[in-house]
Amino acid sequence: MLKKISTIPFTDTAEQAAKLDAVIAECTGDVSQLMHVMQEAQNIYGYLPFEVQQKIADGMNVPMEKVYGVATFYAQFALSPKGKYSISVCLGTACYVKGAQEILDELSAQLGIEAEECTEDGKFSLTACRCIGACGLAPVITVNEDVYGKITAADVAGILAKYQD
Amino acid sequence: MENMLNIKINGIPCSVPYGTKIIEAARMVGIEIPTLCYLKEMNEIGACRFCVVEVKGARSLVAACVFPIERDGTEIFTNSEKVRKARKTTLELILSTHERKCLSCIRSGNCELQKLCKEYGVSEEDKFDGAKPVYELDYSAAHMVRDNNKCILCRRCVAACNEQGIGVIGANARGIDTHIGSAFELPLNTTSCISCGQCIVNCPVGAIYEKDDTEKVFDAINDESKYVVVQAAPAVRATLGEHFGLPVGTDVTGKMFAALRRLGFDKVFDTNFGADLTIMEEATELLGRIKNGGVLPMITSCSPGWIKYCEHYYPTELDHLSSCKSPMQMQGAITKSYFAEKNGIDPANIVSVAIMPCTAKKFECGRDDENGAGYPDVDYVLTTRELGRMIESAGINFHLLPEEECDAPLGQGTGAAVIFGATGGVMEAALRTAAEVITGEELASPEFTAVRGMDGVKEATYNLGGMDVKVAIASGTKNAKILMDKVKDGTADYTFIEIMGCPGGCINGGGQPVQPASVRNFTDLKGLRAAALYKNDESRPLRKSHLNEDVKAVYADFLGEPNSHKAHELLHTSYVARPMYSK
Repeated sequence: MLKKISTIPFTDTAEQAAKLDAVIAECTGDVSQLMHVMQEAQNIYGYLPFEVQQKIADGMNVPMEKVYGVATFYAQFALSPKGKYSISVCLGTACYVKGAQEILDELSAQLGIEAEECTEDGKFSLTACRCIGACGLAPVITVNEDVYGKITAADVAGILAKYQD
Repeated sequence: MENMLNIKINGIPCSVPYGTKIIEAARMVGIEIPTLCYLKEMNEIGACRFCVVEVKGARSLVAACVFPIERDGTEIFTNSEKVRKARKTTLELILSTHERKCLSCIRSGNCELQKLCKEYGVSEEDKFDGAKPVYELDYSAAHMVRDNNKCILCRRCVAACNEQGIGVIGANARGIDTHIGSAFELPLNTTSCISCGQCIVNCPVGAIYEKDDTEKVFDAINDESKYVVVQAAPAVRATLGEHFGLPVGTDVTGKMFAALRRLGFDKVFDTNFGADLTIMEEATELLGRIKNGGVLPMITSCSPGWIKYCEHYYPTELDHLSSCKSPMQMQGAITKSYFAEKNGIDPANIVSVAIMPCTAKKFECGRDDENGAGYPDVDYVLTTRELGRMIESAGINFHLLPEEECDAPLGQGTGAAVIFGATGGVMEAALRTAAEVITGEELASPEFTAVRGMDGVKEATYNLGGMDVKVAIASGTKNAKILMDKVKDGTADYTFIEIMGCPGGCINGGGQPVQPASVRNFTDLKGLRAAALYKNDESRPLRKSHLNEDVKAVYADFLGEPNSHKAHELLHTSYVARPMYSK
């Protein structure tokens, strides 16, 4: 699936920047460490926006397209930030046959974003994930650490209402 | 020999060195294995699976382009039923996502995919008709169009871009969504693409092509109120013949001028004049820098791909660049000033067309500070390929054309100008003039052979009138980087550097006729084309730029001295630092 590129402006803290600088400094000149650096960067920022990929490219001395090519090849890398509340919809086999797609569609409609996107206010992000091992509760979604099982599309509005702060 | 292996290819015994790739071994016994993605030493990735062959005992078919022969007694079958079936299926699968608008495709007739489909008897274009991603075309760059709907994902363009040390394109996403693009899917004109066009000449299909300006030029020719002047670059005469099936390295100077005249241009000039003029300006600038303690090493500025590279990648070193415009722009500026004045033509009515081996020239003619006479020096740049197409569509039989000369007074060119088209040529031309200007004596021989040849980086030191002048030459921007890193850290002890953006120089430019991989891989394209220029140089009565009578006349009647105020206004330009990405 094509990844969505976030249009939300990138924000950076001095602490985050220093962390990424340190990771890059350790690996400069060793292109084989590119994925490692990208993983660390994603741990720091939650995703890999333009500014971060550019910094990695410059630091690792590779064209930015190379970084972007890797970022769009592997499912583990995100181009959109995680929201304050990160919603994951399990699309594993059990959840899927129990109607997870309808729940995802409903979330998407209510939030006005597609999977792998984040709302403009940075509040909610939406991910379609693989089996999270709670098949007995299918269909399952998680909001940060909270787990909601055996839900239907009709429950979506009520769940979102709990996260209005 | 110890490391020779005795093998059989289609039952034919032969012996090959250990580790030889099957594709190379097959050539030794006269078998050409078809390929799509393979570019020798540039793109050896075994991705397209079109070159598959059977190796006795192997579990499955192997890719001949990357499979090394390591066992004595290896038996290879390149044309078995299994192989033929596999290749045909591969073509059918490629066609399943290929936009099959072949009749209107710019590469119809010299498309490598089309040719293979014919050879392998593909009878159903839509045998597998599944999901078909649709891509918007990228028209953003000044010089080219990318149409991913035609792309077969061979990655030859990516390899070519990396070979140039640029790497602004690559494979994005995966599976059915895989496509060639830039970081963050940015349009090409917002990246550090240098417009060299090496991706174009390496594309097997119609996925990347130059922006075609032939209709605009035909319109200008047909417009009675316009005075349409054309110039043709040195390297075009060494390659235009290829467009019409002539052997690589055929010099078609005379037919080229005859064709241009028959296309209806009002004046047919030769960029050789502009090249000789460039040498006068550039050699004078260099001697001035040496004498007055200016910035050295000075670097040539003829190649717009190289200039754009320098602006993106070495924005702090722009003062090393000669301020001279390229020969094309000089020629255009003189056409719209001196020539217009002399002939009483309003420069506003002159349409200045240039036939170039280059796609970056399409970008160059639209740059700022390239309008010496108050009008764009050059209005339209056509590649060698576009000229070829114009000749065809005008119904001109190229082979039956007589040999003709170009027009006066901006037509004379010396041998020094002709060799501008090959790496080392500008340097040699400059040395021929600088040596005689410095010493005041005639050179015993005009040839400076140490700066010739297809090596990516060359160095030489010449003693000119008691002064040691150390020079360096690079072609291809990856090689330019080697010299520029030295310039940047201050360790470059050269006086003068020549850099051309394309490997081998203009003869291998991105605007030159497209040769299929089967030719590119096994023919010395650069060497053969360059040899045509050096032969042309040898055949000329005048071989030094300062002896060009037309150039002398322009200085005497119009410009005054080289680097005069007027010369600066018309023939020199400026550069700008450019970011790597402008998001």
